[in-house]
Amino acid sequence: MRPLTDDETKTFFEKLSKYIGENIKLLLDRPDGAYCFRLHKDRVFYVREDLMKKAGHIARKNLISLGTSFGKFTKTGLFRLHITALDFLAPYAKYKIWVKPNAEQQFLYGHHVMKSGLGRITENTTQYQGLVVYSMNDLPLGFGVAAKSTAECRHTDPMTVIAFHQADIGEYIRSEDTIL
Amino acid sequence: MGRKRDPTEVVKLGPGRKSKKQKPPTFIAPKNDISTVIFSYRLKKRLEKQEVKKNAKQKLIEKNVKQKKLVEKNVKQKKLVEKHQFESEDDSESESLDDEQEIIQLVKDKKKKPLGSEEKKRVLEKSTPVPKTNVKAQLGKRKHSESEEESELESEDSELDDEPDVESDEEVDAESDEFEQVTDDEDSDVEQVTDDEDSDEEGEDDSDEEDSDDENQAEKGYTDENKEWLKPVKKSKSGLKKVVEEAESGSESDGSDMADDFGESSDEEEDEDEMEESEDEMTLPVEKAAKKLIKKQKRDKKLAEEELKTNISHTETFVLPSGQEVEKENILLCLLPQNVAPDITLIHQRIRDVMQVLGDFKERRQEGRNRKDYIEQLHKDLCTYYSYNEFLMDKLMQLFPLEIIEFLEANEVQRPVTIRTNTLKTRRRDLAQALINRGVNLDPIGKWSKVGLVVYDSQVPIGATPEYLAGHYMLQGGSSFLPVMALAPQENERVLDMASAPGGKTTYIAALMKNTGSLFANDASQERVKAIVGNIHRMGITNTVVCNYDGRQFENILHGFDRVLLDAPCSGTGVISKDPEVKTNKDEKDIMRCAHIQKELLLSAIDCCDAKSKTGGYIVYSTCSVMVEENEWVIDYALKKRDVKIVPAGLDFGRDGFTNFGKHRFHPNMKQTKRFYPHTHNLDGFFVAKLKKFSNRIPKDENKEIKEEARIPENPVPIETKDPEEKSKEVVKKKKASQGKGKQGKFSKKNSKRTDKQKKKFRPGKFKKFKTNPSSRQRQNHKS
Repeated sequence: MRPLTDDETKTFFEKLSKYIGENIKLLLDRPDGAYCFRLHKDRVFYVREDLMKKAGHIARKNLISLGTSFGKFTKTGLFRLHITALDFLAPYAKYKIWVKPNAEQQFLYGHHVMKSGLGRITENTTQYQGLVVYSMNDLPLGFGVAAKSTAECRHTDPMTVIAFHQADIGEYIRSEDTIL
Repeated sequence: MGRKRDPTEVVKLGPGRKSKKQKPPTFIAPKNDISTVIFSYRLKKRLEKQEVKKNAKQKLIEKNVKQKKLVEKNVKQKKLVEKHQFESEDDSESESLDDEQEIIQLVKDKKKKPLGSEEKKRVLEKSTPVPKTNVKAQLGKRKHSESEEESELESEDSELDDEPDVESDEEVDAESDEFEQVTDDEDSDVEQVTDDEDSDEEGEDDSDEEDSDDENQAEKGYTDENKEWLKPVKKSKSGLKKVVEEAESGSESDGSDMADDFGESSDEEEDEDEMEESEDEMTLPVEKAAKKLIKKQKRDKKLAEEELKTNISHTETFVLPSGQEVEKENILLCLLPQNVAPDITLIHQRIRDVMQVLGDFKERRQEGRNRKDYIEQLHKDLCTYYSYNEFLMDKLMQLFPLEIIEFLEANEVQRPVTIRTNTLKTRRRDLAQALINRGVNLDPIGKWSKVGLVVYDSQVPIGATPEYLAGHYMLQGGSSFLPVMALAPQENERVLDMASAPGGKTTYIAALMKNTGSLFANDASQERVKAIVGNIHRMGITNTVVCNYDGRQFENILHGFDRVLLDAPCSGTGVISKDPEVKTNKDEKDIMRCAHIQKELLLSAIDCCDAKSKTGGYIVYSTCSVMVEENEWVIDYALKKRDVKIVPAGLDFGRDGFTNFGKHRFHPNMKQTKRFYPHTHNLDGFFVAKLKKFSNRIPKDENKEIKEEARIPENPVPIETKDPEEKSKEVVKKKKASQGKGKQGKFSKKNSKRTDKQKKKFRPGKFKKFKTNPSSRQRQNHKS
């Protein structure tokens, strides 16, 4: 467990800012205590500082997880966000998309969001913008990337993909072993 | 096979054909006057309705009665004057008598007229008056108008007060019956129809019984071996069945039999009545009726008593199969390949028979057989019927001497699916609403939990709804709420969950802590740790560190926790319904191995806890086992080894732990631990104990014993089983030593010195050192 290096911080924040923009600040300056990002076994954990210090007693080999896992660095040095980060992405997300109840299940099985399943979308979303996917009753279901901008969405046929799937809460069941 | 049953249902022993027909038992109300009986509002309403309906009929009847009485009035005038002195008797009592007489007359009158079929049956079946309450109400009205007659009747009643005891007893009984009849008015039609059918069957049944009895006797008479064991199995089975049925029906109320008999006896009575009438024409018909009633009741009582006696004699005919017979059964089974499985129904019957006998052993046993024989047979049969191994059945029978069947039956049924609301993300009401919208049928789990919901049935998989995936609830057995409730973690505390996978209890703890403080979730299994991580993230918990250590070494890594939860790995004898393999694959070794690990874990858990904690210093120990070896015994061990005391678990239901069990005598505070059973609470079998640590000191004499316990057992059984015995031996030895202060005493002193030296060498928790063979250690000692 160690703090992130500058390079790592850069790639990580770049990725994160695609979804929550400058709200990253809010993650670091919290009124309820100091929080920090820590790297452990290629994974980035978002954890309260006092908890992090206590976890320092635990050997690297035996420490499995602390706080919330945000994702992991791939071997090529890119950062991949995991579904476990959703709890912190959803409240700060800049761009959102709502899917209809019948498309909800589709998305939870790992499919992209089609035009037919599109309920609502944030205005002036640009193409390839990271967005958080909600169900119609405001339950965050996962996140992805906009395949079309809001303007383009209006004129496409129902079977075109609106948003690419990246992660969904169905992964808690589908890939419990690899979630961390 | 009838092995599955609704656990909420009250188990009635022996659903014989007779008992089917019986109505639920009515409880005899305390002897109080009818005037004090309180009617419910609905009852009153119904009575009023019925009253209106019948008023027309009643008036006709009344007229008849009046005319008769007027005729006889003149004749009776003299007698009345004499009897007026009795009038000081209790009003209400006489009133009630009055009712009865009236009713009987009504019945008589009605018999002449075409009756409503329903009423007729009532009259025939209940040996006692028809809707008395109705009639009473009507009478009340009538009394207002015809005060003359009332006084007259009262006076007549007082005459009959010679035998008030019998009367009132029966009356109350009858009344309670009557109440049921009235309240179940709509149902009564159906019931009675079925009753009728049953009574037809009854007749056949009786004849069958007689046959079977004959058979039994014939069987007894057999001397030839071949004859005995070649006899068709079915016959003997039916014979047994009958006996059991008889016994059961006898053991319950004889009300139904009385009711059945009444149909016939009433005819006889009428004959007798005529005789009586001819004898004393001078008495009023009302009086006669009353007398008749008393007589009838007496007769019924007698009959009932006789019947009871015969029932007892019937049960005595249940013969335990001898060892030879059982063997023959087995041989038969071997000979007939198509009949490979043992006859389950036969065994089931035998189980019931034996339970019946054991229920009142003194009266029902077969002479020359002792209790052991019966219990052995029962043990064997239960093993085959429920497919347990002998060891486990033995243990269970010790645990549940009376409710063994209930326990075993409950293990055949799945516990209800329960979910726990994640209070970090939602509220129970919102969750329930969301799930109901998805077509889930659910209910709150009970008063004891504010976050639990029971799922009855669901159109969608309850473990894959979007709500589940979003972490709004956790699929979790009701019993696993209990240890966390006992732990009662507070905000901003340091809490350790020592054996936490798959994280159900951990997430509950975190929810109670509202994501504050720090929570360490540990598990020894690398695989299962992943499940904790998944669940923690799904439930949105941020205050948790997940680690993967052997719990026995955890004190070396971190200690000073405010609260520690140890949900120890166990044999799983409380969750047989979840994992039926436990029935067969657990033996004494497994139990002892579990107990051993549990002891080590518990000591480690206690060491992790900080006694000086301002808010806590509590350790909760729980298992999903019902074995004493894994529960009370482990706690008792910890009490001896560490400065801890048992405190109330804060759970207001569940059974108390055992303070003594078999040869074991535990700490008297052990009753503050709680046990939960599948058959009593419809939860998994569970044990919860809460300990409070009052000093961080580790008692000195513990080192020696730890050494003994921590030695990894090549043969764990003798170590554990010896334990109590050894202690007793030691005590004896000590006594001897103190008595004879000779060489022995010196020797023992030397020994103790050596052990003291050893103590310094060995520190608790450094288990590697203990792995050396005891023999080599002895050698070392000699060297030193």
